Amino acid sequence: MVTYIIRRLILAVPALIFISFIIFMIVKLSPADPTANLPLTIPPEVREQIRESLGVNEPLVGQYLRWARMMFITEPLIMLEDALCSAPRLPDRSMPDGCWQMVPPDTSRIISYQTRSPVFDLIAISLPQTLWVVGTSYIIGILIGMPLGIVSAYKQYSLVDQGATFFSMVGFSIPTFFTGTMAIIIFSVWTPTDAWWWLPSSYDTTHVVEDWDSFVFQLQQMVMPMMVLGLYNAAQISRYMRASMLDNLQQDYVRTARAKGMGEGTVVLKHVLRNSLIPVVTVIALNVPAVFGGALITEQVFRVNGIGYQLIQAIRGADVPMVQTISFIFAVLVVMFNLIADVLYGILDPRIRYD
Amino acid sequence: MTDRPQLAAVSGATPAGAAPEILSEAPRSQWADAWDQFRHHRGAMAGLFCFVSIILFVTVGPWLWGVDPGALDTRNRFAAPSLAHPMGTMQLGQDVMAQVMFGGRISLAVGLVAMAITLLLGTLIGVLAGFFRSLDGILMRLTDLFLALPVLPLLLVIIMLFREPLSQRFGTEAGIFILMVSVIGITSWMPVARIVRGDILAIKEREFILAARSIGTPPRRLILLHILPNVLSPIMVSGTLAVANAIITESALSYLGLGFPSDFPTWGKILIDAVQYTERAPWMVIFPGVLISLTVLSVNYMGDGMRDALDPRIRGR
Repeated sequence: MVTYIIRRLILAVPALIFISFIIFMIVKLSPADPTANLPLTIPPEVREQIRESLGVNEPLVGQYLRWARMMFITEPLIMLEDALCSAPRLPDRSMPDGCWQMVPPDTSRIISYQTRSPVFDLIAISLPQTLWVVGTSYIIGILIGMPLGIVSAYKQYSLVDQGATFFSMVGFSIPTFFTGTMAIIIFSVWTPTDAWWWLPSSYDTTHVVEDWDSFVFQLQQMVMPMMVLGLYNAAQISRYMRASMLDNLQQDYVRTARAKGMGEGTVVLKHVLRNSLIPVVTVIALNVPAVFGGALITEQVFRVNGIGYQLIQAIRGADVPMVQTISFIFAVLVVMFNLIADVLYGILDPRIRYD
Repeated sequence: MTDRPQLAAVSGATPAGAAPEILSEAPRSQWADAWDQFRHHRGAMAGLFCFVSIILFVTVGPWLWGVDPGALDTRNRFAAPSLAHPMGTMQLGQDVMAQVMFGGRISLAVGLVAMAITLLLGTLIGVLAGFFRSLDGILMRLTDLFLALPVLPLLLVIIMLFREPLSQRFGTEAGIFILMVSVIGITSWMPVARIVRGDILAIKEREFILAARSIGTPPRRLILLHILPNVLSPIMVSGTLAVANAIITESALSYLGLGFPSDFPTWGKILIDAVQYTERAPWMVIFPGVLISLTVLSVNYMGDGMRDALDPRIRGR
């Protein structure tokens, strides 16, 4: 197993480098001019100098290598520096005494065209919001979807099953931007603001939880994004869960277990559920990148200041480094969770051997 | 497939009196069997009915309704649904129903054309990878690579980049239409290719292929006449999923402001343009949204029924 993981990790490296090259090239070939958003009063020769300083006129391969060095070496080292040091950085961005300075403070980093600050600093600010929303909604999806799938498979063709199938079909088909907008119409627009079930239509990312009231507000503003994304995930997970349970319920070992006189609860929850969970767990892992993609839209609906929102802003502002970096982070997520799914499959199912 | 009636009669699954009847039945084609099964899937029939109604609504509808979607009527801004305007009016008094009818044409056209591209690409690559062993490795690595690409961010980036050049080349609407369907097609063929390849790998080893090969059938005819008809059912099921996926992707892109321009609205575009007026005129959001959801729902149910109908293991259960 360990050799398999190592081999897969080594194989992932060229794939990621290739993907980063494709992403870099697609974004780089854009006709967008990084100086287009600057005031028109800047004379052409100064404009040319700015372009020069951004390194836009270099040959493409050189630009890619420069970006790759910053992406794969400088930025991880800076993250490591921050992780190892408990004290904040000094104003000139160098490390305080007693901390390990791995890269000189004036090393060039990936700079956003829009804000002129390092891209990774912006991502570090917005990533927690995305993780919050995506993580909690995925957990809600699992908590709703799994029991629903189990019950509807156990009582196949019953009223519960038909209801659950219809729910998952509907949840699967209605795009999140429509459910989100409808939720806003119902719970923010039509509901009087002093009612207890009123919910804010946009997400305030600067809100700090310090006492009970602010905690309640935090819950209130999280309910809608979480439920909209969570119900969508629940619909998918319950479908997989149902199919997998149905496959297993017809197996011979289930009959054997019943013949031995085991209780129905033991048979279903211990024997069948454990075996049915194997494909479902891998599907859950495989779906994580897609959920991040879905969060892109949910963040737009509820104005959550996450990385999806940053990406849209960057695309609108022709902020090439930002777009490249966030797209690449998404690609890393896809590759990583593919690997996790394969490894989980091997760990959970002893019949699968990779060696 | 042809020996099914006899099997049923022998195993006694049907009442004894019915058995001779089944035996005397004329031989039935695979498609008649599939249609019989499909007809009994209640969800699939409801989906089919719904989908046909929506198609009629957007094709024949404008002709019957006869209201110009761009006609302004500033005295009737934000009018609630009534007999004169069954779906209400928009911010400049345009009739929502007329808008939605014309928008639906584009949304459905995007869905169907993108599906065609997805199936074409996926089948082509799946057939090549499954049939020619020398191409298998490289084509499957390519598929894996495409599966690892982050689809939605990449779609956004590509559309941002190529919108202008294509608009100048083919005109705004045609340019964006071409861009939209090709981009959706290029980023969603991978599952089809995998399914087709897997099925072909299994079919290739069957005796009838060996027989066809031994009488000297060239690869091209082998693929077109013997292999493709046998992988048609998974391709058709993927087709329904592809339509649903394309419609959702198109509206999501429009929602993010990277779709068709406002004077050439699709359902997704009408919806996003209406979001800012939700407080005054919720019907502007509800009707296009319901239509998107209904279309996708009915297509998904049709796919569900089709899968049941075309899978001989499930059929007759």
